[in-house]
Amino acid sequence: MTVEPDYKDIPGTYVFDAEQSRKGYGLNQFCMSLRQAANRDAFRADEAGYLKRFGMTPEQEQSILTRDWNRMLELGGNIYFTAKLAATDGITFQDLAAKMTGVDRDTYRAMMLAGGRPIEGNRSKKEWEGR
Amino acid sequence: MAEIVAAAFTSHVPAIGVALDTGHDRDDYWAPVFAGYEKAKAWIGEVKPDVVICVYNDHATQFDLRLIPTFALGCAAEFQPADEGWGARPVPMVKGHPELAWHMAQSLILDEFDMTIVNDMEVDHGLTVPLSLMFGKVDAWPCPVIPLAVNVVQYPPPTGNRCFNLGKAIRKAVESFPKDLKVVILGTGGMSHQLQAQRAGLINRDFDNRFLDLLETDPVAATRITHTEFLRESGSEGIELVMWLAAPAALAAAVETVHRFYHVPASNTAVGHLILENARATAAE
Repeated sequence: MTVEPDYKDIPGTYVFDAEQSRKGYGLNQFCMSLRQAANRDAFRADEAGYLKRFGMTPEQEQSILTRDWNRMLELGGNIYFTAKLAATDGITFQDLAAKMTGVDRDTYRAMMLAGGRPIEGNRSKKEWEGR
Repeated sequence: MAEIVAAAFTSHVPAIGVALDTGHDRDDYWAPVFAGYEKAKAWIGEVKPDVVICVYNDHATQFDLRLIPTFALGCAAEFQPADEGWGARPVPMVKGHPELAWHMAQSLILDEFDMTIVNDMEVDHGLTVPLSLMFGKVDAWPCPVIPLAVNVVQYPPPTGNRCFNLGKAIRKAVESFPKDLKVVILGTGGMSHQLQAQRAGLINRDFDNRFLDLLETDPVAATRITHTEFLRESGSEGIELVMWLAAPAALAAAVETVHRFYHVPASNTAVGHLILENARATAAE
């Protein structure tokens, strides 16, 4: 039987390992294409049509069209790649982080100014049960 | 011969570059961050290195998923600062040192580190933000820079121990270069941060400060930190700290601390900074 890697126990985290990378190749290369202005324009003109170039699953396409940032990560996206989609939308890295944690930007910014999300209570999925 | 005389360590938060480039470095939010680097600028102005070796990571800028080199050594004559989606940073072209870089590549490969040799590469904030923090706003970087890009995007990155051993091999490579050159090595990235998913914003002050303690006193102990411990304790992107472990191994056995600084937050991240020099007694031997 396959043993789950021990990092799978870390809550609220998608480790970009081989499994995720294989799953997310098209999604991440789509994000990478947005580094070029002409591609950003083509994407904005016809989002659904543009996505067809990258061989993604319908679920991956849907997560992009609905800007479901955590779902993109779950389906193999990597944050440094999905951040390029956020930049295309004019969203800063900090505001993207706020969206993924489900709070508004002011709440997130205040948390960071107060020292960030503490490690206590955030090490293991067990600690997140019942939240 | 060439010699690595000192190491400097620093985070490379992109927002630090943006703050500097747009004149917000004296704002209430950013002033404490930049104050922590005043010492670095004065210090490196006195050391006047002939070459800087910068151990850093690319953030899906030069390398996407088509090609993922674990260790990539920049051997080109120059490296263009990249447009990462919000325009290229208004910083000078990074000039390389092809002669030393190629010498290092040969030495490292024969020392059994299978480096990827790169002759055409753009450099992102992972390299240019540390240069800005060390040298400030300048019209030209004061010395050539050899970029050494480490994969920390695709799991698994090299282990801390592997980076440490690479640092030892870098020292050997530099010391076998026939010309007199004073070299400073930079270890960059980190400290604790998580940019992704529901746990984003994680900061672990205790972990970061223990890591800084170990760099000063016992870097070998820091090489035993496992990947899962980095991911869990310092956040999924805090694993960039493996890149800090090459630099202490490139120094002499006895080192002195020149400066240490720690601050939370810079955007999503804890900022750590440390300067270590070869101890004077050792340097005089």
